[in-house]
Amino acid sequence: MEIMIAALVLGAMGIVFGLVLTATSKIFAVPSDPRRDAVRDILPGANCGGCGYPGCDGCADAIASGKAPVDACPVCSAEVKAKIAEIMGQETPDASNRKIARVLCQGDCESAKQKFEYQGIQDCNAACTVGEGYKSCKFACLGLGTCVKVCPFDAIHINPETKLPVVDEEKCAACGKCVAACPKHVLELASVKNEVALLCRNTDKLKAVMDVCKTGCIGCQKCAKACKFEAITMVNNLPVIDYEKCRGCRMCAEACPTGAITALKPRQVAEIDQSGCIGCTICAKNCKFGAIEGSLKHPHKVNAACTGCGVCASKCPKKVITMKEATEPRDPKAAVEAAPVKPAEAPKA
Amino acid sequence: MSEYLVVFIGYLLMNNYVMGQTLGLCPFMGVSKRYDTAKGMGMAVIFVITLASFVTWLVNEYLLLPFGLEYMQTIAFILVIAVLVQIVEMALKKMLPVLYQALGVYLPLITTNCVVLGVTLDNASAEMNLLMSTFCGFAASVGFTFALLLFACIREKLALSKMPKWMDGFPGALIAAGLMAIAFKGFSGLSF
Repeated sequence: MEIMIAALVLGAMGIVFGLVLTATSKIFAVPSDPRRDAVRDILPGANCGGCGYPGCDGCADAIASGKAPVDACPVCSAEVKAKIAEIMGQETPDASNRKIARVLCQGDCESAKQKFEYQGIQDCNAACTVGEGYKSCKFACLGLGTCVKVCPFDAIHINPETKLPVVDEEKCAACGKCVAACPKHVLELASVKNEVALLCRNTDKLKAVMDVCKTGCIGCQKCAKACKFEAITMVNNLPVIDYEKCRGCRMCAEACPTGAITALKPRQVAEIDQSGCIGCTICAKNCKFGAIEGSLKHPHKVNAACTGCGVCASKCPKKVITMKEATEPRDPKAAVEAAPVKPAEAPKA
Repeated sequence: MSEYLVVFIGYLLMNNYVMGQTLGLCPFMGVSKRYDTAKGMGMAVIFVITLASFVTWLVNEYLLLPFGLEYMQTIAFILVIAVLVQIVEMALKKMLPVLYQALGVYLPLITTNCVVLGVTLDNASAEMNLLMSTFCGFAASVGFTFALLLFACIREKLALSKMPKWMDGFPGALIAAGLMAIAFKGFSGLSF
């Protein structure tokens, strides 16, 4: 009998509380965005924090309120991103612009000098506590694989020859775990689209860098001067590339005496579809490298000086310029005078 | 009137639920990183505990005791606390979304905050009247908030100080909390 009373009392309490809760949820109802819940449902739900928001709920809030792009989640697949874009009524994001982790050091066993031989625990954090690491350059990657251990996607490995980590661009989901784990901060998240990158973090200049590493940035500013698109500024003796302005012409990588600025992708060259070219000379006028030859009203040609910056392709009114992978090395001597093309004798009708 | 003062000082210093009885350590460690969030959490806890003390007294007096169901106190009180927290959460979401965001997961965690259940169970066993019981709840929660705010101040300083790597973060915070508890124990010599 007693148990019945207990059950009844608690049951009654439960019902009353349930009614009270229902009433309050009606009173304090916050109109929530249905898109937010839809987005939350298809996010991975792992709460990894790779997006920079507190868990998937935070990310869904940010996406639904427009504070974050539809591809804010770095981990989910392209299909899921497309679905999110559909929910938000936006265009499917360009998957080619996704980010990956990039190793900002090229100081391998040969090029980077070592202060001493490290025989301690095989972990970068441990090695860092011994004289700021065994390499002479205090910015250098220690290559003991702390980033490899934290990667949940098996996307980063140490190259046994160079003792430097290599990122598997296909597997990397840009969760940022390696970036946070690296005690030397030689990892960063960067767009896979980037054509060139500065793979050095040494803020010293000239001899101070040359003494410790053959592939370090010596702060000579040659890249900044070589850039025709004003995409490179010097900050703390290091060039900073503005990828909004960078057209991937690689002049900086060519100018760099140590190879600290490196081209990450094969060179492109422009190709003009001869049948569609009307000889308007707009491409030749816009080419900063004198790589387009041809006279007015005659089909133009691209010479060996083309850097693959793609300015001509974007300016061509007839859209007959395509970019393709270069087969031959660039020859700067082939450049023609960038002066306005002389009008040829137009055939009289 | 003086007994109220004694209760208040007692719960604030000598019998502080966090420092003296090590209850409610979860929010104590979790929300003390920043002073502002700690303040928000403290206010929410004061509100919930005071209200819970009031409601649980009614439940205890008019539902449990008449039917001889004192042994059901724990489960009945948890029910009350859970409902109250839900209501507070909904109200905050509607009226103070900023605070709701700042408290995040710790707001639902008040449900499992041992201080709330500890205070209500202590109140029930002490057989006090409604006013005193509610006041005890208020005093205990102010004591909790007091300890939380002091600790948040310490942790804001800790975050800026250079610590050895093995002590950075929670280890250092736990040591600081221990030292603080020792300091609070010193108040047990206070007498009126």
